[in-house]
Amino acid sequence: MIHAMIRPLLTVGEQSKDLPKFPESQTFWMPSDASVTTRNVDWVYYFMYWMSAVSCVLILGAMIYFCVKYKAKSRAANEHAAKSSDHSTVLEITWSVLPLFVVIALFVWGFKGYVDLRTPPKDSIEIHATAQKWKWLFTYPGGLVDDSLHVPADRPVRMVINSVDVLHALYIPNFRVKMDAVPGRYTDLWFQATNTGDYPVFCAEYCGTSHSNMLSHVTVHPPGGYEAWIDEQQKKTLDMPPEELGKLLYEKQGCSTCHTTDGTPKIGPTWKGLFGKTESFADGTSGKVDENYIRQSVLEPTAKVVQGFAPSMPTYQGKLKDAEINGIIEYIKSLK
Amino acid sequence: MASPSTTADAAIPRETSADESYLTHDKGILSWIFTLDHKRIGVMYLCSVLSAFALGGLFALLVRTELLTPGRTIMDADTYNQMFTLHGAIMVFLVIIPGIPAALGNIIMPLQLGAKDVAFPRMNLASYYLWVIGACFMLSSLVINAVDTGWTFYAPYSTTTQTAVVPAAFGAFILGFSSIFTGLNFIVTIHKMRPPGMSWFRMPLFVWALYATALIQVLATPVIGITLLMMIVERTLHIGIFDPALGGDPVLFQHFFWFYSHPAVYIMIVPAFGVVSEIIPVFSRKRMFGYKFIAVSSLAIAFLGFLVWGHHMFTSGQSVLAGTIFSAITFLIAIPTAIKVFNWISTMYKGVIHLETPMLYALAFLWVFTIGGLTGIFLAVMSVDVHLHDTYFVVAHFHYVMMGGAITALMGGIHYWWSKAFGRMYEEKYGRIAAALVFIGLNVTFFPQFILGTRGMPRRYYNYLPEFQSLHQLSTIGAYILGLGFLMTAAYLYASLKNGKKAPANPWGGSTLEWQTTSPPPYYNFHNAPPVTQGPYDGYEDLEFDEKMGGYVAKATKATP
Repeated sequence: MIHAMIRPLLTVGEQSKDLPKFPESQTFWMPSDASVTTRNVDWVYYFMYWMSAVSCVLILGAMIYFCVKYKAKSRAANEHAAKSSDHSTVLEITWSVLPLFVVIALFVWGFKGYVDLRTPPKDSIEIHATAQKWKWLFTYPGGLVDDSLHVPADRPVRMVINSVDVLHALYIPNFRVKMDAVPGRYTDLWFQATNTGDYPVFCAEYCGTSHSNMLSHVTVHPPGGYEAWIDEQQKKTLDMPPEELGKLLYEKQGCSTCHTTDGTPKIGPTWKGLFGKTESFADGTSGKVDENYIRQSVLEPTAKVVQGFAPSMPTYQGKLKDAEINGIIEYIKSLK
Repeated sequence: MASPSTTADAAIPRETSADESYLTHDKGILSWIFTLDHKRIGVMYLCSVLSAFALGGLFALLVRTELLTPGRTIMDADTYNQMFTLHGAIMVFLVIIPGIPAALGNIIMPLQLGAKDVAFPRMNLASYYLWVIGACFMLSSLVINAVDTGWTFYAPYSTTTQTAVVPAAFGAFILGFSSIFTGLNFIVTIHKMRPPGMSWFRMPLFVWALYATALIQVLATPVIGITLLMMIVERTLHIGIFDPALGGDPVLFQHFFWFYSHPAVYIMIVPAFGVVSEIIPVFSRKRMFGYKFIAVSSLAIAFLGFLVWGHHMFTSGQSVLAGTIFSAITFLIAIPTAIKVFNWISTMYKGVIHLETPMLYALAFLWVFTIGGLTGIFLAVMSVDVHLHDTYFVVAHFHYVMMGGAITALMGGIHYWWSKAFGRMYEEKYGRIAAALVFIGLNVTFFPQFILGTRGMPRRYYNYLPEFQSLHQLSTIGAYILGLGFLMTAAYLYASLKNGKKAPANPWGGSTLEWQTTSPPPYYNFHNAPPVTQGPYDGYEDLEFDEKMGGYVAKATKATP
């Protein structure tokens, strides 16, 4: 409603093509709810919302009313306030104890909801979320890795979260869940999606340059759809020519966050025309970009950083198989 | 009310030279640089803090301008990250923390105690120069390669980023000592230098608030000092404390950081409570309702503020048990805070309310602080916080409290005590217009951010989904209105120094001691130490407005001729 009334004034600025999109929400404040635990969170939220609205009307109403009713005529009129009491123990105790009951109720409500959010059911599907600058990678039970999250509806899913570099946070507003990704330890969250569809996934903990582009989306599949999607993805990579596999990994593994294929430098050097080029490195040495250099850069990215770029790439040691590294090498070769 | 001009006045020749004041007592730049006078130190603090406020405000406007459109509007992502970091760090460490205590507190608190100065004048001057050195370090980061970690310096980002984190963190470390010096000085001053007759419960509420603040400054600030030092050590010597790649623990940093930074939000807001508690009774011509409850609730907030730091970490992976305890104690803080609001409103009941600029700011404070306080309850509810944490809802909440609460009160205090500090009246009409602009501006800026946050817009985002654009633009328009309000304030306050009307000793009819000396006060504050025979908000009926001088005088003196 109000949203539609206040149209954007300007709409310049770059837009990336496939941004995730929120489905239409029924309410003005919260995004649409799509998980079993959301209902409880929204109830407390709207309870507090109305409690706050009523409190504001009472407190600020009294303030404005007093300002009008007891407004002084002028300084010169020298009016004096009528003698009235300057304390009332009964009143003080009343307005201390009544809010105390309200906040105790809210605390208990919030506590119960929080325990629910932090206690995944035992039969949950486990999907690993790995955060890195600036990409989410999701590892599915069969070993499939993808940059978007796919889950079945009506089944609990436990996300096991960690980070390879700095702090990030996995945030899915439509499920009302969020958990930090902490390097060096695992954290988790769970949800049970109720409505099929596509929902945005954000990084909520500041992580540097492309923090705001560290987006993904979660697709909630109807029964059978999740398994079918996994099958399809796994088949896709079998018997794929190395060059095509490399292109797929470029998009799915986060390479495209920092490297372009059109010749413009981004956070890292472009891949176009990279193979065979002689680069000078931050440590003063220089060398030719060949198969060995690319392999080393994938596994030990900070060993030989091209001059003028920050050493911000995470290692892919243990994340990419040899065949996949070969694919990436072949893909880079193809970008002349 | 005993007035200074009753008995022994004839014997004091200084009374005749009306122009003698702390501003004219000594001349030359050196008399300012080496001054030990609390009022001059306060004025230097005020100028420095307001300059930092202008700089931090400029960064805020750049950030808001960038957010007019998703993607690039005027700067790239890295510059944007540096801008919001500098905005936050400057506003927190250079403006709000020293703002009310070190600037207004230094000028006014010794006067309210009828004292000649603070307990340790040299330490007071040292505190100011530590502020200057700290500010230089922090701003040197801006010149070298501005820090981009957010004002929170979260590890391991802060220990691995390429920007100049060390000067900024070291600046904050030094600023911490400045804050400790002020706090220590105020505690001793309040304990030892109250005049005869001023018992604890006859102290003005501003003094109570500064006392509670000083306790937090002295007890909490060393922790941030050590934390930032450890971060610097990790960055420079690669000793693993916080970065897991070196064997450290990043969550430990968050515990250390918030162990200071949560109490620090009370360093920022409790002095604001003090200012508002001075303005409301004076402009309502009525004794403060529930004085003792307001006084003691400041101490309660100061104490409880030490026990809630974990509520910043409900989604950090902290255990459910720890979260539960932090959440429960957080709710307790709602009670003393609510008590204050109820008592302020009750003070206005059946008062005689004058709506000049300081009171307008106090009313604006009540409005925005009520909203800021109530939205704090949303964030204390753990299940709801999981959704709202690190979104614009949090940004809106703390700006309502920090910008809406602390800065509004600072503005109110500056207008309330301007005549006392500088002996000039500003143009009231402009004051009211600017106060209205600030009030409208801050609501238009920050209210849409509650909607953005609830709808899932994460904070510290350079780029955002197109559907958030209209609310972002509304917020930016609000920021421009705010900027205009402050620009106007700067202009008429500056003009008042040049050609403002000469201020009477007591323009608002206050009965605390600072109003019993001339405006501006003489070098030694009082010709005779005023005796204290009643509470700080008593005796309004013994004062009478004298139209000719534009201020209040004791009834007795008027009757003499």
